[in-house]
Amino acid sequence: MDEKDIRKQHRDEEWREELRKSKTAKERMATPRVRMPELSPEYRVKCNEEVNQGLTVEMAVEEASRCLDCPDPQCVTGCPVGIEIPAFIKNIERRDFHAAAMTLKATSALPAVCGRVCPQEKQCESKCIYHAKLGKQAVAIGYLERFAADYDREHNQQTASDKTPSNGIKIAVAGSGPAGLAFAGDMAKYGYDVTVFEALHEIGGVLKYGIPEFRLPNRIVDAEIDGLRAMGVKFEPNCIIGKTLSYDDLHEMGFNGLFVASGAGLPRFMNIPGENLIGVMSSNEYLTRINLMGAAHPEDDTPVLHGKNVAVIGGGNTAMDSVRTARRMGASNVMLVYRRSEDEMPARAEEVKHAKEEGVHFMTLHNPIEYLGDEKGHVRTMRVQRMELGEPDESGRRSPVPVEGAIEDVDVDMVIVSVGVSPNPLIPHAIPQLEMSRRGTIVVDETTMRSSLSDIYAGGDIVRGGATVILAMGDGRHAAASMHKALSSD
Amino acid sequence: MNKIVYKRHFSEKVVELVVEAPLIAHSRRAGHFVIVRADEHSERIPLTIADADAERGTITLVVQSVGKSTHKICGKEPGEYLHDVVGPLGQATHIEKVGTVLCCGGGVGVAPLLPIIRAMKDAGNRVVSVLAGRTRDLIILEQQVRAASDEVVIMTDDGSYGNKGLVTDGVDDVISREKVDLVVTIGPAVMMKFVALLTKKYNIPTMCSLNTIMVDGTGMCGACRVTVGGKTKFVCIDGPEFDAHEVDFDEMMMRLHSYDNDNK
Repeated sequence: MDEKDIRKQHRDEEWREELRKSKTAKERMATPRVRMPELSPEYRVKCNEEVNQGLTVEMAVEEASRCLDCPDPQCVTGCPVGIEIPAFIKNIERRDFHAAAMTLKATSALPAVCGRVCPQEKQCESKCIYHAKLGKQAVAIGYLERFAADYDREHNQQTASDKTPSNGIKIAVAGSGPAGLAFAGDMAKYGYDVTVFEALHEIGGVLKYGIPEFRLPNRIVDAEIDGLRAMGVKFEPNCIIGKTLSYDDLHEMGFNGLFVASGAGLPRFMNIPGENLIGVMSSNEYLTRINLMGAAHPEDDTPVLHGKNVAVIGGGNTAMDSVRTARRMGASNVMLVYRRSEDEMPARAEEVKHAKEEGVHFMTLHNPIEYLGDEKGHVRTMRVQRMELGEPDESGRRSPVPVEGAIEDVDVDMVIVSVGVSPNPLIPHAIPQLEMSRRGTIVVDETTMRSSLSDIYAGGDIVRGGATVILAMGDGRHAAASMHKALSSD
Repeated sequence: MNKIVYKRHFSEKVVELVVEAPLIAHSRRAGHFVIVRADEHSERIPLTIADADAERGTITLVVQSVGKSTHKICGKEPGEYLHDVVGPLGQATHIEKVGTVLCCGGGVGVAPLLPIIRAMKDAGNRVVSVLAGRTRDLIILEQQVRAASDEVVIMTDDGSYGNKGLVTDGVDDVISREKVDLVVTIGPAVMMKFVALLTKKYNIPTMCSLNTIMVDGTGMCGACRVTVGGKTKFVCIDGPEFDAHEVDFDEMMMRLHSYDNDNK
């Protein structure tokens, strides 16, 4: 039976049919989309508390009732891990929140994370019939996912019976970000003895060092990691595959497979004059100092620079995280400098909205060309070139073109460069037999995620370059499924 | 958590710690470093691996107390733990037989220099070592350097031990007296800068090991970036060793002052 048949079978269950009949489609469609309660901008820029407060039970049940439980649900096709969206939503509507959470857990290792950080407007919600056909706002699938995961975590004990009996086969994972965690969760479910090796002293990758507390609280990430521990997954921090342990060491230790999920941690700079002045740093450095090292807390030793006039260069989620963090660190004037227009910004719509509400000044169609410093080497001025949009490039996006002569100087005392990341070369350097692309990504078979070495699989940003949490998780799940298939047929 | 099994003082502010880290001891080579976090509130700081014993599963770190983090580490006693030690990091030193290698180090820079001296000697080179310090108390590891070198020259600023003068005076003497094929220098940035300026005059290939501000030490953040040959490099993954004649030492020294206001 394929996925569609299983989906139909579940949809035909008596409770689902009854629930569908309990309200007319007209009634469902007349209900407006729920609004997420959130902290006021004035309050939230003075603290690090999570901005989105989550739905109440009543809000969630009402929002769930909007879903029409389509016979051929397109929302599922918009989800990179194929969550059974109508099934979990209908469980919320009938108030069986645990069943909703279990439906999510069946396909997603980190629903409380994805409900918060996925760009739903480009994924599941973009395919929702409300948005695609009816000219209405999509069902708030992300909010509901978050609700079910949060409710279950707060109200139910994790059961030890989640643990699958071990088949004794040892599998290593390099990196504990979203790809590594998703892979580890699935392999543990299949019965493998999984160890996740992490270079940093904390588990979670970008979920810990990158995404800030006001968007994704660490306790949420830790709860999901504890869930994986309960399933038998082992975690080894401070251990770098390719440095602390070599590929040969892993073989000697009896590992039968390696999943490389080491990410695209290498920050890109623009290579313009003055970029090494004091006060110019990558968003990775800025966010790591604050999120991972606690630079905002007086009891933690790691320092971070403070600026009054802060420019963040870029238009992705990391740029949004950086501008919003700078506001919370007390900067009075925070500028987002992006070379295209707002329409082309890759960041989540919600983060753009939140950043604006928090007083971030958007300098779109501008590009820095030089930084100037004072006698001590501190950045003081950013020289920017005004841009306009030209013809669409190969990717279909209109490329920015400089407006001749339109150059101005802007006062800055801190610049955060957030123009993307490159794949980290650490593992490729350590395992020279691995086939690499010219961009420095590991070459894998697109369906199996298997690399040029038969026992190494890879996924997430080390394969894609900088992408999203959910795509990384999807890779982890696909790699687990195909590694399991390969190992069980041996 | 990594247990400290041995500690001794080289001077009031410089200590040697032998730390349990079996996997690192097994994998490390000359030139590698580790990132250490003293306790759960500490920052991550880079320290070069001065020595290692793969059988006993230990590495040796030489630490000079210059600020809060190094003060915490230097204050640890045997039986206590370093919260996190990760490595070995960076590129290992490129070791080959070139003829005569002059290794010069200042202050605690002698600690990371020692494994390179040993490896250069093992590769069949004639090794002349120049050790420098402000005063006699700041000359460390002299005995070990002597055991691994063909000749050792000691320089102190105040003349309290060895020859009076700067490290560059010692280097200049050796270069003017015999053919040197390679210079390796590790120490304060300003010292390496002047060694590089001197050897450039004689056209002798010169390698330095840079110690910049770092956070993760794995290439993730770029806090450690320096300009080498006009290009931006990350010390933690491209280095820590570079061609000293290509390094922009003035920019590096400027960047080392980024957090002067925070140095408690």
